[in-house]
Amino acid sequence: MSQGQTGAEQRLVTPGMVIGPSAGKRAGSGIVTAEESMIATQLGWLREQNNTVSIDPINAAYMPRSGDLVVATVAEVRNNLWFMNINGAFQGLLPMSLAPWKVEFGAARQHMDVGNVVLARVQEVDECHNVVLTMKGVGLRRLNQGTVESIPVQHIDRVRGDNNSLLQRMREACDCRIMVGENGRVWIDGDADGIAWARMALQMVAQDGHSKAFETILSEMEQTTKGDA
Amino acid sequence: MGGYGDVQLLNDDGSRLDGRKLDEMRPVTIEAGILPAAEGSAMVTHGLNVAVAAVYGPMEAHPRKIQRQDRAVIDVRYNMAPFSTSDRIRPGFNRRSREISKVTAEALESVVLVERYPRSKIRVEIEILAAEAGTRCVGITAASVALADAGIPMRDMIVGVASGKIEDTVVLDLDKAEDNYGQADLPVGILPNTGEIAFLQMDGDLSLEEYNLAMEYNFKAAKEIHEIMVDALRRRYDGGEA
Repeated sequence: MSQGQTGAEQRLVTPGMVIGPSAGKRAGSGIVTAEESMIATQLGWLREQNNTVSIDPINAAYMPRSGDLVVATVAEVRNNLWFMNINGAFQGLLPMSLAPWKVEFGAARQHMDVGNVVLARVQEVDECHNVVLTMKGVGLRRLNQGTVESIPVQHIDRVRGDNNSLLQRMREACDCRIMVGENGRVWIDGDADGIAWARMALQMVAQDGHSKAFETILSEMEQTTKGDA
Repeated sequence: MGGYGDVQLLNDDGSRLDGRKLDEMRPVTIEAGILPAAEGSAMVTHGLNVAVAAVYGPMEAHPRKIQRQDRAVIDVRYNMAPFSTSDRIRPGFNRRSREISKVTAEALESVVLVERYPRSKIRVEIEILAAEAGTRCVGITAASVALADAGIPMRDMIVGVASGKIEDTVVLDLDKAEDNYGQADLPVGILPNTGEIAFLQMDGDLSLEEYNLAMEYNFKAAKEIHEIMVDALRRRYDGGEA
């Protein structure tokens, strides 16, 4: 059984597996009901909380939702907008009206060019997966320094911990600024040793996140001094 | 005895040339998550067949004309490696691989919850590294495990199995000689939990009784292979525990 899980009941389920009768229970994410039975639709850990049965998927694609904080990369520039890679199935669109600067028509490239990294928020997602981003808001900005590391989307909550407790612990351990995007991208800024330490911890999450709790990974990493990472 | 005259496919004691019983399949092993670059992957060995499947996406469907506003499209590419058979196969798509790619995609579309990803594409690559009859079934099984490994939502997994007829006898899981010189072949894609059939093809003739027996063998084999599929995913993510 995975040590990376918490909760009452945890077992690995595969698509199509009948979990039990649906009577009196609500189907959460990853579950469908058919003929009064609950059926798993994804590979993951079964979780039951507050009478709702759901699955914590082992692998999942990032599906943007309105309000998500994301670390995005400029993929294309047009006269009046930027197409941003948000690590999802579709690119996000950042119009110049939602940029933090006053941008003249045709001058978008002067503010941000292909490859630039930004901290943005998902403004709107429609039913056809068109994503509109905004950089108007507190803390949303172009990220001019630091590095970006990727972790699986399904491990983000584990990296954060309750009330960001584990994330804060990691920030203090490596003495870096760290922002975790909902899209699985983590921005790290600090001294070189600190960045290397944080990247190694996040790479361990990507590698062993399905079998090991992030707290365990952090405890192991804290035995390593920053220079050794 | 059917069309190939003197070719003997059953021993005098009624067993098959490789010693299997009539309703016995070749040994199957499955490994999940073998390709780090893919979202999900699997390798299936079934007798001497070896298939590797990799899943990428969901991603934006290109070209745009293939996009569906209300669902994802499944883009399957089935390919046999040039070295997969004793005669070298000319690399690239051919009529057979196009047909198998199409039927595999249609079978997978019936189980994947495609409505969750409008305008998207889920790319499934199936590479047959070694072939010994029944590669379309092995490819479907591999693709199904790879899709589950990639976290793509599905209402069930698909198991590819085949039965056939040799010397007027229905047998499970034809090997190369039985496939080449037998009288009929019945590859099926079965949803093991619901018992539904996602695809079915028949090459040759079977009477109704023979068809029913062949399907009975197929369902029995599908349950066995499904257990191996689930076990492969558990080994990958749960250290083999239930």
